[in-house]
Order: sequence, then C-alpha cells, then structure tokens
Amino acid sequence: METTSHSDRLIAKVCMLAGQIMMENGAETYRVEDTMTRIADSFGLPRSQSFVTPTGIIFSIEGSAPDTRLTRISERSTDLRKVIEVNAISRRISAGELDPQEALVLLQGIEKSNPGLSAGVKTAVAAISSGCFLIMFKGEWGDFLPALVTGGLGYAAVTSLHRFLSIKLFSEFMASVVVGILACIFVASGMAHNLNTLIIGSVMPLVPGLLITNAVRDLMAGHYVSGLSKGAEAFLTALAIGTGIAVVLSFYRGEGLTL
Amino acid sequence: MNVAEQILTSFVAAAGFAILFNVPARNLAYCGLAGMVGWMAYRSLIEMNVDPIPATLVGSFAVSVLSQTFARLFKTPVIVFLISGIVPLVPGGTAYDAMRNVVQNQYDIAVQLAFQAFMLSGSIAFGIMFSEVFDQLIRKLRTPATGDGKRRSG
Repeated sequence: METTSHSDRLIAKVCMLAGQIMMENGAETYRVEDTMTRIADSFGLPRSQSFVTPTGIIFSIEGSAPDTRLTRISERSTDLRKVIEVNAISRRISAGELDPQEALVLLQGIEKSNPGLSAGVKTAVAAISSGCFLIMFKGEWGDFLPALVTGGLGYAAVTSLHRFLSIKLFSEFMASVVVGILACIFVASGMAHNLNTLIIGSVMPLVPGLLITNAVRDLMAGHYVSGLSKGAEAFLTALAIGTGIAVVLSFYRGEGLTL
Repeated sequence: MNVAEQILTSFVAAAGFAILFNVPARNLAYCGLAGMVGWMAYRSLIEMNVDPIPATLVGSFAVSVLSQTFARLFKTPVIVFLISGIVPLVPGGTAYDAMRNVVQNQYDIAVQLAFQAFMLSGSIAFGIMFSEVFDQLIRKLRTPATGDGKRRSG
C-alpha cells in the first residue's frame, strides 16, 4: 500500500512536470492535457483528469491514493525544442520504455536545459527574416539593408526590454516605436524609399504568430478559456505594435505618409 | 511577380521564424517548406486577381495540410511546422494600413481596413479548421471500424 501511493504520487509529479514544461514553452492546451492523461494512462492510472489553462494546471488522479495537484504558470515563452522533447518522452513512456523515476529525471533535465541560441544569433536571424518579408510584401531590394537593420534592432529591443521589465505589452510597444523611428530616419535620409513596406517587413518578427495559431487550434478543440485568453493576448500584442507605429507616424510627416 | 525571388525569401523567412522559436535544426527545412508552399499558393492566387480572403484561406489550408503530413512523418507536434507557415499570411500589411489611416484621422478607411484584417484572420482560422476536418476524415476512412480514439497525430 505504501509503495503504491508513493509511486502514484511520483506519476502525478511526472505528469505535472511534463504539462508544465509544455505549457511554459508554447504548446497548445489540448496537447498538454492529452499528453498528461496519456502519461498517466501508460503508467497504469486510467481515470486521470487534467484541466489546463495558460496560467495554471490542475491535475487529478484516482485510484488507491487519490491525488490532486495545482501548478501555477507565471512565465510563458516560446521554446519549441522543449515541447518536441517532452513529446518524445511521452511517446517513449507510451511504448513502455521508461519507468516514472527515469522519466522524471529526463524531464528535469529538459526543464533546466538552457535556450539553445544566443540573443545575438537570434537578432541576426530576425534581421534576415525582416529583409525577406520586405521582399515578400513587394518591397524593393534597395530597401533590403535598412530592413535588416530596423528588423534586427526591433527584435533586439523586444528581447532586451523584456529582460528588464516584466510588462510584455510595453516592451512590444517600445520595440515597434524603435522600428518606426529607424524606418523614418532611413526614409528621411534617402537610404530607403518605401516607408510602408519597410515598416511592415521590420515589424513581422514581433507578430504574435504562435499565439494566433494556438488560439485558433485551442478554440477548435473546445478549450474556450485558453483559446479566448490566448486570442486576447495576441490582440493586445497586435495593438501594442500598431500603437507604437502609430505614435511614430503621427510625428512624422514625410513622403511615406501620403497615400 | 518574380517567382524565384518569392520562393527564396518565403523559405528563408519561414525558416528564420522557426529558428526564433528554437525549432531543432533537423526540422528547419520543413518549416521553411511549409511557409514557402503557403505563401506561394497565396501569392499566385493574388496574381490571378483572386480576392485576398479566399487566397489566404487556400494558403493557410495548404500550410496546415503540409504541417500535418510532416507531423505524422516525423512524429513531431504539428504546431512546430504550422506556426512558421502561418506567420507570412498574417495580415500585417492590412493592419498597418488601418493604423496609418487612424493616425491621419481617416477613420472611415481605417475601419474598413481593420475589418478586412479581421476577415483575413478569420480565413486563416477557417483554413486551419478545414485541414483539421480533412485530416480527421482521412483517418476515419483509413480505420473505419476502430475509430481514432487512441491515435495520436504528431
């Protein structure tokens, strides 16, 4: 009896940790719930229940030692590598390759592992993406270099500001102000030609693509609480970006503004 | 439309987005491919003078079908491929135009553009939904007797 309840608790802990890692790193809500109940299922605890929202997870198991746990999710970022790794572990558990203790050790390893690329590399990648988006949105190749600079600095601004201030909305707002000011400087000095495509391309790395996609997928799966809250977060991010650009444009009366 | 230029930039942009989201190197090319196919479907329809809303619908449908195929092949969550493919279709340009008109006090045009951006987002959602339905239909047809309760998609 004692050993059973101990291992039940351990299984609940494994499920909880798996769910927490997935939710903190950008998985869809229904996938988190599905993974948690699947892990519990594979360890021989069929009737487990999980209720996942973007800000917290409630998980409950039945059996000889009923156990209910709650974890608060306070920090959410996007690290799909962790989601992929937890998914792989969940598959191995389903295949019966891991016992709860091994799974817990592996999951703790994933939780502690550092985010792969440095901020500098990511900034460079964001810069290149911005340049490509500029071309996709019918920009000229002459504006490619300015888009590299504005897009890269905009992304650097959002990541570095987010480290100092915990208000995500404000760092996004400031980043788009940075993009707007730089774009205006480039156009005013004659180094770039089309202000509109330059700003659109440079702002793209800030667009909440993950939130939009996840919101849609959660709403489709019937997770209205998560879907609506992620949709609200995406909307607020879009609003912050738009407002930042609008603030700059309302002060800039150059040629780019005429329709 | 310069096709080669569009293919190259959409591939790089989508793969770049995948890098920002820390997608492992072995999946990057497939993320780029999903983004490229979706964007090329969208742009080709735009060049044929199709309205942006159905064009976005087709683009996001193409991205989702491809993402689901990759997810099944590589046993990886579908979201990995889906995000970087969907991002280019997000109506950033329309939203920007709406914002620009707000600043210029042209609220009538701004509201029209904002509503268009809203409709474009809606068509992305419907594109993803149709592909999900498509996916479930295929699965049901393949395993008619057992159902799909225990199958996992990615």
